[in-house]
Amino acid sequence: MAKTTKQVTDVTIRFAGDSGDGMQLTGTQFTESVANARLDLITLPDYPAEIRAPAGTPAGVSSFQIHFGNTDIFTPGDTPDVLVAMNPAALKVNMSKINNETIIIVNTDSFDNKNLKLAGYETNPLEDGTLEGYQVYEVPITSLTNHAVEGLNLTPKEANRCKNFFALGMMYWMFNRPIENTIYWIEKKFEKSPNIKEANISALKGGYNYADNNEIFTVRYDIKSGDLPKGVYRNVSGNEATALGLVTASIKSGRELFLGSYPITPASEILQALSTYKNYNVKTIQAEDEIAGIATAIGASYAGALAVTTTSGPGLSLKTEALGLAVMTELPLIIIDVQRGGPSTGLPTKTEQADLLFAAYGRHGEAPIPVLAAKSPVDCFWMAYEAARIALKYMTPVILLTDGYLANGSEPFKIPNIEELKKFETTLTTISEGFAPYARNENGVRPWAIPGTPGLEHRIGGLEKENITGNVSYDGDNHELMVKLRAMKVKNIAKDIPELEVEGEKKGKLLVLGWGSTHGAITEAVRNVRAKGFKVSQAHLNYLIPFPENITEVLNNFEKILIPEINTGQLAKLLKAETNIDPNKIIKLNRIKGIPFKVSTIEKQILTILGD
Amino acid sequence: MTTMTDNINQIKLTPKDYSSGLEVKWCPGCGDYAILAQIQKAFADLQLDKSNTVWVSGIGCSSRFPYYMGTYGFHTLHGRATAIATGVKVQNPKLNVWVATGDGDLMSIGGNHFIHALRKNIGIKIVLFNNEIYGLTKGQYSPTSEYGKKTKSTPYGSVDYPFNPAQISIGAGATFFARTADRDLKHLGEMIKRAAAHSGTAMIEVLQNCVIFNDGAFEDYTEKDRKDDNVLYLEHNKPMIFGKNKDKGIKLNGFTPEIININEGNNSINDCWVHDEFDTNPTRAMILANFANIDGFPLPFGVFRDFTKPSLEENIHNQIAEVTKQKGAGTLEKLLYSGNTWKID
Repeated sequence: MAKTTKQVTDVTIRFAGDSGDGMQLTGTQFTESVANARLDLITLPDYPAEIRAPAGTPAGVSSFQIHFGNTDIFTPGDTPDVLVAMNPAALKVNMSKINNETIIIVNTDSFDNKNLKLAGYETNPLEDGTLEGYQVYEVPITSLTNHAVEGLNLTPKEANRCKNFFALGMMYWMFNRPIENTIYWIEKKFEKSPNIKEANISALKGGYNYADNNEIFTVRYDIKSGDLPKGVYRNVSGNEATALGLVTASIKSGRELFLGSYPITPASEILQALSTYKNYNVKTIQAEDEIAGIATAIGASYAGALAVTTTSGPGLSLKTEALGLAVMTELPLIIIDVQRGGPSTGLPTKTEQADLLFAAYGRHGEAPIPVLAAKSPVDCFWMAYEAARIALKYMTPVILLTDGYLANGSEPFKIPNIEELKKFETTLTTISEGFAPYARNENGVRPWAIPGTPGLEHRIGGLEKENITGNVSYDGDNHELMVKLRAMKVKNIAKDIPELEVEGEKKGKLLVLGWGSTHGAITEAVRNVRAKGFKVSQAHLNYLIPFPENITEVLNNFEKILIPEINTGQLAKLLKAETNIDPNKIIKLNRIKGIPFKVSTIEKQILTILGD
Repeated sequence: MTTMTDNINQIKLTPKDYSSGLEVKWCPGCGDYAILAQIQKAFADLQLDKSNTVWVSGIGCSSRFPYYMGTYGFHTLHGRATAIATGVKVQNPKLNVWVATGDGDLMSIGGNHFIHALRKNIGIKIVLFNNEIYGLTKGQYSPTSEYGKKTKSTPYGSVDYPFNPAQISIGAGATFFARTADRDLKHLGEMIKRAAAHSGTAMIEVLQNCVIFNDGAFEDYTEKDRKDDNVLYLEHNKPMIFGKNKDKGIKLNGFTPEIININEGNNSINDCWVHDEFDTNPTRAMILANFANIDGFPLPFGVFRDFTKPSLEENIHNQIAEVTKQKGAGTLEKLLYSGNTWKID
């Protein structure tokens, strides 16, 4: 029968199945194929907190969403154009994420009484009208896969495990992607088990050919190659990008990288990634607890390292006492908080932006610390690098905020020109003449004299320091002076960071202001609204403490400021505390559901404000 | 590992050269003065390189120690000294890293970091100033205070049981444990030197008198008239003998230690347990550690155990060297262009 090909600019696909169905692998393979076609993309895995939730239940559903296209892609996509549901539970948990334009591909073999019951369906949604109005492609994926691998002497379990490649094959056909890359990958991956290798390749080809020949699949979609800027690319998740940024900073600064860290979701991948970079002289310690994570890092910093500790909210709570010591001793240190839903254990695998005020103010005593935030998975590379630059130049701890969405999401990373990376400055000293541990340079920064340097033996610690000499001092006037000097040093960093830039008109009715991972959704929303002929501008903060110097000026040029945040309004509060802008201008848009903003949510809010 | 100054033409450093010159502010009569003096003396004997030596401390009276030393010093957080010292040592294994800590700092708030430092065998020297009391907070009981102790926070007597530092250390895998006392000047100096020579975690418990809040706690082990009957000096390859008249010995009957008179009946010096510092099996060291808990038994002073296994920093740096050998030294190009890349032109 006739098949038609439709041209589209961007597509969102969601692969969903049981944790054991290999959906993350399927998604990753599809991503590589898309990346090879020079398309822009963003992916977002969505997996359960439980490592092995009971098979077939909604708690055990693992999903992977990819949004790709030949235009700029900023988000993993609001609503999937295609949902692949490998079992009833996968359909059930994803029903709320789709609309009636979504094509649903279901594995009908898994819609048996047992799996329906496990998913909590009393009747079969394929038969009871639940899916009325949706485009449903019913495919017996399990039996077709079994058929494809016949004759390879697989156990039923082994045969069953190939079905994700069958599904992937169908998607390759549907989106006009070559299957050769994945075949090559399978050949390498299963080199030592020829049977499994053959079976997976057969399943992949089986899925592709099935879609090609079967009348269910009438339309295939084609996306012309993208127009990404020239360069060499690789795909990175936010956590991988963070690790790369840190190692890059280590090489560029000539300071050995040291990580003290305790495993915590969703930050552990940074520890894991850095543990592989031994040939870059990276030292990693999986510490006995969060406190030892930062404590070993402070020790390493004192001894001359570019020192880092990585964590998420609960871990940052445990580290705060040590942050006070890092402030008092004015040592360079990077603290990375990959935010997750809180408080307490909260939503450990879900995303949130609710640690902003904690990062800004959450310490005993007057303890100012610069706070930076990454706005996309790739931006994690740049902000980790920038955090290192500021920490080393200003002898200060720096908190970098990323989040679960950035950490796990991935996108193409244009590998930077090594020569163009910013240079590092430090106050490292080996000169004993005139040395004083708390003398300051023009930036208010003390020297970094590391143990092992002859003639610079000195003592530092958590007790208040006498200005210049660094001797212990309980003098009130000195304490007040030191509190002010420490605050001034951090405040002055504003002179050394980029100004806040505005996309769109520099003056007008509405500016949408964001920070961190909301950047993608805000950008798409603003573009959509502007495409409809409305005037709305956008600005995004990478620097939260201190704010860019021109922030008040920028914000005063707009009548209203809309601030979308995945918290109850923390940036809005911070702006009121740290700038002189009219608080009545601020309109908050808050969602705290553990998931990124939908573009449509922000778009609607912008239109509502502009319509007023 | 101990780095000594190798330049013999250099002026010989005296104990005073290891002082920061800062006025020492412990209470008059505090045992800490003697420890400070003996450490400065021992360092001068070893001619330790000041610029390659770091003292790290936590919080407490004893943790003021780094301020008084002419080396590098870092007065850190309550309980965290061993963790911070771990970072210093891993980053630069050439440094001699010493920790000054107290019983509350090391074994209460810092308990976790303490046992893990021992488990990892990080090459730091931990000098525990054990005065069995909280001094800086003015007199509350500590995790090494004896059961029933009356203090400001336990006016009717403490109701919990003390830690035995030797037992915890050995249980956590200490490759070096020694006990000494602030008033046993020569012995204290020797133990410092022994610790300096040890490559992994060296743990020294110094019984230290708090003249204000726990005065006389260790008199049985430090007063001339009582000490000989109450202290057993451990020496490698020597039979365990103690007492004013050197007539009492320790005999090991299976796992049970017994006190014998070596001049009476069938017993002789040949029946005594002969100390082996290098025994890698912790069983005997643990029996020695338990002497503190048995009425009538002498308290062992000296090196309980001293054996070598690769330290944490050696393991880390060896692994780095090994992987670098396999993969080649990393460069920025290699780093950024690793993994699956594609070109758009």
